[in-house]
Amino acid sequence: MNKKSLIFLGGLALWTLFPAAGHTSLAATAKDNYRTYCAQCHGLQGNGRGVNIRDMSVQPRNHTDASYMSQRSDEDLAKADRKGGLAIDKSVLMPPWGDTLSPAEIKDMVQYLRTLCHCTFNSQ
Amino acid sequence: MSPNHLLLRLLPGLLAVILALALSPAWAGESAGMALLESRCASCHNISGPAPATIHALWARKAPDLFYAGNKFRRTWLVSWLQHPVRIRPAGEFYADHVKPGPERDMVDESTLAPHMALGAADAKLAADALMTLRAHDDLIAKEHVPAGSISRSMGSLVFDKFLGCMACHRVKPDFGGLSGPELYTAGARLKPAFMASYIRSPQSWDPKIWMPNKHVSDTRIVQLVHYLQALSKGGSHE
Repeated sequence: MNKKSLIFLGGLALWTLFPAAGHTSLAATAKDNYRTYCAQCHGLQGNGRGVNIRDMSVQPRNHTDASYMSQRSDEDLAKADRKGGLAIDKSVLMPPWGDTLSPAEIKDMVQYLRTLCHCTFNSQ
Repeated sequence: MSPNHLLLRLLPGLLAVILALALSPAWAGESAGMALLESRCASCHNISGPAPATIHALWARKAPDLFYAGNKFRRTWLVSWLQHPVRIRPAGEFYADHVKPGPERDMVDESTLAPHMALGAADAKLAADALMTLRAHDDLIAKEHVPAGSISRSMGSLVFDKFLGCMACHRVKPDFGGLSGPELYTAGARLKPAFMASYIRSPQSWDPKIWMPNKHVSDTRIVQLVHYLQALSKGGSHE
């Protein structure tokens, strides 16, 4: 077996073992976006305790709070993300991210929020 | 006359012109200023563009981009600040790299923030002059017109804090406001009015991945904000 074949087979074996390597997974992308845009207020841990909160008149949502987050539909979360707090009758302090994140990234972000709260929408 | 003879005859004149250009104070100053930027600033600041196009490039940025410094800064402020630098971004750049979870909220980890170097007076002027030539976004600036005017502190504060929520990320006095954005109590002295207007209108036009949102601020509110920031930088009171 020549050298090129060995390199090819080695690469194939690595790709088989680590299928996510070489592209960014959905969760990692949303996680990166969260760290960049959301964490400044919602906190590095998603607990609503970001570096900016001390003087805010309305405190940011705790995204790990399953009892609250399960009361918000995916559509509501996406709307708040895209258009800001005022669009869902919440605080102006939550800005619109529709010019920063693509519709696909906002969709992924909603799924990421569901991983933070370990919850799904429960309309009951 | 052969071409070679013509060249020989013209050569002294050409050399004289080149020498005059090289010794011209303006040209020499600009060249020295750019050399200063290259040697002292470019290891942390991007002086040639473009802005980060991905989140990971954004995270890797060590300091604010300067390739549009001439569109952004007021020269008098640059000359002064470069001699006596004071932190503008309370949580540094990139902010999440300088923040860690605390008992009540995430806190800025001051130990990770390095002070900006200071320049001597002559170098500060050289650097400021060179920075003013970096104007990658003349196009964006040309779209703005901020009329001279004023706004009361109370009305400005209402617009900034309550109507638009800018205080979430920015400080309008040293002990009030958010930390992930640059402080704005010196913005009026630091920034050109047209830059403030353009950046508020569309942060992403200047810095596509920046963590400042486009809040679709109206023309009227943009002018009010610029006047408010100008008012904040005047006088000793930050009320």
